[in-house]
Amino acid sequence: MIAGKVWKFGDNINTDLMLPGNLLLAPEAEQKKAVFSANRPGWAEEVHPGDVIVGGFNYGMGSSRPAARSLRNCGVAALVAETINGLFFRNAVNFGLLALECPGVHAAFEEGQTLEISIEELVVGNRNSGATLKARPVPSMLLDLMLNGGLYPYLEKQGLIGRFGAA
Amino acid sequence: MGMTIVEKIFARASGQCRVIAGDLVVVDIDCAVMLDMSFHRTQRRTILKVHDPEKVVIAYDHMVPAPDKDSAEAHAYGREFAHHFGIKRLHDVGPDQGISHAIVADRAYALPGTVLVCSDSHTCASGAFNCAARGIGAPDLLAAVTTGKTWYRVGETVRYELTGSLPPGVSAKDLFLHLAGTWGHHTNQNVEFGGPGLAGLSIDARRTVAAMGAELSAEFATFEADERLLDYIRTRNPASFTPVSPDEDADYADRRVVNLSTLRPLVALPDAVISNSVPVDEAAGQKIQQAFIGSCANGSLEDLAEAARVLKGRRVAPGVRLLVTPNTQAVYAAALKAGHIATLVEAGAVVTSATCGACFGGHMGVLGPDEVCITASTRNFKGRMGDPRARIYMASPATVAASAIAGHISGADA
Repeated sequence: MIAGKVWKFGDNINTDLMLPGNLLLAPEAEQKKAVFSANRPGWAEEVHPGDVIVGGFNYGMGSSRPAARSLRNCGVAALVAETINGLFFRNAVNFGLLALECPGVHAAFEEGQTLEISIEELVVGNRNSGATLKARPVPSMLLDLMLNGGLYPYLEKQGLIGRFGAA
Repeated sequence: MGMTIVEKIFARASGQCRVIAGDLVVVDIDCAVMLDMSFHRTQRRTILKVHDPEKVVIAYDHMVPAPDKDSAEAHAYGREFAHHFGIKRLHDVGPDQGISHAIVADRAYALPGTVLVCSDSHTCASGAFNCAARGIGAPDLLAAVTTGKTWYRVGETVRYELTGSLPPGVSAKDLFLHLAGTWGHHTNQNVEFGGPGLAGLSIDARRTVAAMGAELSAEFATFEADERLLDYIRTRNPASFTPVSPDEDADYADRRVVNLSTLRPLVALPDAVISNSVPVDEAAGQKIQQAFIGSCANGSLEDLAEAARVLKGRRVAPGVRLLVTPNTQAVYAAALKAGHIATLVEAGAVVTSATCGACFGGHMGVLGPDEVCITASTRNFKGRMGDPRARIYMASPATVAASAIAGHISGADA
């Protein structure tokens, strides 16, 4: 069970807002300070580990850049949106960010409320209102990667890539 | 029910008889494209195994020529990587340099009926080649290079049936702006293009539309293969391939007819291209400081020729910077031979070498606070090309060139 405070965003939230282009090659610690700096300055200081993002339609449209990693590095426990852009979803899998599509979620939450996710049933609940919603199913292969640190640890275990920082 | 183009390609590449929307497929990859960014010290992982060096292409495009020490180090690292694993198709800084999506077109590495991946969102540009091409993440690309496979969640497909032909002065970019303005985002959907209007669209024009498939938020943007495409490919790559046509009873989420003859020049207002297009007249008069023509979407020979047509004998307005970036050095050379580069430079444009530079706010044309830019590139997101206080309008190369002359947003004469 995941439970976290909701930060609410609208439709078509793009990757450049989460990871500005001028920081594309910056260290991760610097990248995470700039999340939403263009549309919601100060957010990166306010977000707490375990918080969750509720989004509208087409969350994460745009670039292949590792914006999902920046959310994870900010401590975001999960993203729950009406729909999630396909490339952003891939990077959520890649970098181990739980990302669920859940019809009705945007209307069901106010910012600051507490959102609960039962991983087993993929049920999303509003602890404040009592409302529950069913998230769209995620293939188990992809859910396993999201919940276990993403693709890099898998490729390391298979002996296909070296560990980060290794020569 | 039959299959769409991408469903058929996935069926072949995953060894299945039939693939339908909703499936999760694991497919064999025919071409995996790595970038200079793949080797940057903040991004890279040591690759211990390459599944098939013949299926890998490396194209340096984002940070070229190296604008800083780390990029130079990344280039050197990538050269060593290519040498170590025997990867022959390395497009380094020099005559073979270019934006990866233009390189795979120019060399026809992207082949009809095949699967191509690259860690850049505009990889869908190769959909113009009847290829199931899409951008994936950097970790996905490592998996692709080391295992030869990747996964896709198969989305439903929207079919765009093109009829008529583009009027003079109306370009493929205007077609995209029409689609994004009329139908909005296509999250979790593929788009497929065909119909009698296709024959009149050049390969460059198709690549513009396919590249902008990412901006429709589509999963795949795939075109039917016609003789015009097959001729283009056969003159560039002797490899054999099997084009894929959709079944007549393919299962589409929607079929939409677009009459190209009815389109007119459009502009996307700042910060978004989804449902944000207006006729040029509605944005006309907005003062600009920068005008940009380039990127995988609008740096083709045809785009440069169109800009040169508008700028011939004219001057860029004082206070405006017009930057033009050919999408490959080969296009640069061809535009030089055709006289377009002289026309552009004489008009006051700055022509750069082939790079993604200004389009992603990396280098070679970054915007400052409160500046206004009109761009023929891929994105106008807030902060995309530099400072988040800058405002970015998006239009065709002709509209951008005409605006550079006027000093404010302005339509071009057809």
